[in-house]
Amino acid sequence: MTAAATRSTAHSIVEASPRTKAFAGGLVILYAVITILPLLWIVATAFKSQSDAIAYPPKVIFEPTLEGYVNLFTVRTRQTPDFIAKLPPPETWYDQLVRKRDMVIAGPSKVVPRFVNSLIIGFGSTFLAVFLGTLAAYAFSRFRIPLADDLLFFILSTRMMPPVAVAIPIYLMYRQLNLTDTRLGMILLYTAVNVSLAVWLLKGFIDEIPREYEEAALVDGYTRLQALRKVVLPQAVTGIAATAIFCLIFSWNEYAFAVLLTSGEAQTMPPFIPFIIGEGGQDWPAVAAATTLFVVPIVMFTVLLRKHLLRGITFGAVRK
Amino acid sequence: MAQIRIENLRKSFDQFTAVEGSTFTIDDGTFFAMLGPSGCGKTTTLRMIAGLELPTEGKILLDGEDVTFHRAAARDIAFVFQLFALYPHMNVGENIGFPLKCQGMARREIRERVQETARMLRIEHLLSSKTSKLSGGDRQRVALGRAMVRRPKAFLMDEPLGALDAEFRHLMCGELRDLHDRIKATTVYVTHDQLEAMSMADQIAVMNKGRVEQIGTPQEVYDRPASMFVADFIGSPPMNFLRFEGGLRTGDRAVSFHDTRLVVPEIREDRASAPLALGVRPEHIRFADAGAVRGEVFGAEYLGTTQIVTVDTAYGRVAARLPSSASVRIGETIGLEFNAERLALFDIGSGLAIRTANGEGPRRG
Repeated sequence: MTAAATRSTAHSIVEASPRTKAFAGGLVILYAVITILPLLWIVATAFKSQSDAIAYPPKVIFEPTLEGYVNLFTVRTRQTPDFIAKLPPPETWYDQLVRKRDMVIAGPSKVVPRFVNSLIIGFGSTFLAVFLGTLAAYAFSRFRIPLADDLLFFILSTRMMPPVAVAIPIYLMYRQLNLTDTRLGMILLYTAVNVSLAVWLLKGFIDEIPREYEEAALVDGYTRLQALRKVVLPQAVTGIAATAIFCLIFSWNEYAFAVLLTSGEAQTMPPFIPFIIGEGGQDWPAVAAATTLFVVPIVMFTVLLRKHLLRGITFGAVRK
Repeated sequence: MAQIRIENLRKSFDQFTAVEGSTFTIDDGTFFAMLGPSGCGKTTTLRMIAGLELPTEGKILLDGEDVTFHRAAARDIAFVFQLFALYPHMNVGENIGFPLKCQGMARREIRERVQETARMLRIEHLLSSKTSKLSGGDRQRVALGRAMVRRPKAFLMDEPLGALDAEFRHLMCGELRDLHDRIKATTVYVTHDQLEAMSMADQIAVMNKGRVEQIGTPQEVYDRPASMFVADFIGSPPMNFLRFEGGLRTGDRAVSFHDTRLVVPEIREDRASAPLALGVRPEHIRFADAGAVRGEVFGAEYLGTTQIVTVDTAYGRVAARLPSSASVRIGETIGLEFNAERLALFDIGSGLAIRTANGEGPRRG
């Protein structure tokens, strides 16, 4: 088509008009603002003082302070002003901040071990679920398995009720097996929940990879496992990334089981955050600070894999 | 280079039998085509030879060695797929060198072999290109290169030209045959396209419903089909079948075709009266007023040098290939004369050819 011909066409069927584009863009921006606003509010609250955080009407402009973060990471005790005055001068900026409130730092809080628990349990179960899911999906996709359809339905059926519905039996089982409040127990639990999702998602992706690729590799000298690792996996990367994100988001955010099954040793962030208590009630800036930190790994993981995720969501929608 | 021998090979999936007890030998250096409609078991047979599928029964021998249950990599054969199966995450050179890398060959040697192979296929200039940027023909050349680079005992090709457009397919047919003549490797070529098989192969195995119906040179398969299926499948338009009933005796040189006598090649077997079919290739029909079979011209298809004239006779519609100069009027009544030496006879009950001087009848695999 020549340039003149393009210009003479008032409306192209495929290309949207500038006005439509502007409208669509506006809509997307509006949606983004609506979804991002609560997150921004949390980030802002983390830098507010206790009184600013609960002020009514809410304060948009306030004097920022790191008190929320300091409170999150420390355990403090209230002392008399005389006692504080007798202490040697504060060594650090956070000692100083705390003493202004007539308190001294008694030690670190439990936030770091809880966060580490979340990381270990979240990524551990994601890795296991994706690993097992990939192997199972490959087998379902490539081999003639007796009762394959029934097995796949069985795997899917584990998702047909909310996991919490089986909370009591799992609690009893875990108590019997001494798995309550252990990281291993939580990893196993989240893996079990996620693996069904992983098998189904990944089977779809692997089905789309022509089997000729690995057959060519088999004829050329690879074993089945080598072909899987060096030929199939590189092509399934998109699906694996998308699946990993979905699995991580579930296990990272999971609350009900975490409350039920963990209390100390293996407690993750979700049950920990709501119980960050300050003097005389909820310490909202500290809760907001914890929430902000809690969101960071998921955001990073998603941004890292975003290229794959976008393709992953639309993958298989159109047959090439 | 190798001889491939198939013995009583059978493969069934659950209740469905894909390949039924075929036995044949592919001689060293032969270009062997397996031809048949889709679902006839040709690809399954090929995959069993490759080791991508395990047979339910039977044996596969490579140069006399039983490789039936060897894994694919241990058979030293190369496979060319219809979809080429070039690895999208590697460039052309890496794709061609991949089989050598699998074997753990030194990098310098790989580079030399890849160069040599590329030169043979005239794709040296493409070695560092992305495979996704290549044309269909070039992709096929790369796939061939990947098969050749290892210098395997045999090449197995599964409809390698199926994904190309008609023009390219013709060109690649020539190239493939030329390549085969140069490297003289045993090649098993699966296709449903009779033109590909006829133009390239030394030997053709025509398959139907899991069985090998006939094995022979392209000429044999075309001129002396072993069964009605082969006669019908090969040739365009296919062989005409004129039904009649009668008995046969060895030495007869004519058959009673309805109320006339038709001269046929000397018959070499005795048969009680049964429904038979007279097989006539379209090019073995002439129009002649004295012809024993008469009919009305139904239509004519002009094809340049020849034309296909269809005639409605009392025994069904018959297609005749005539010179395009012959003038034919639709609706006129004409007589048909057959080239007696080239006629074939079939037993309708079994579908098999009857032995005559023209053909020794069924030679099933």
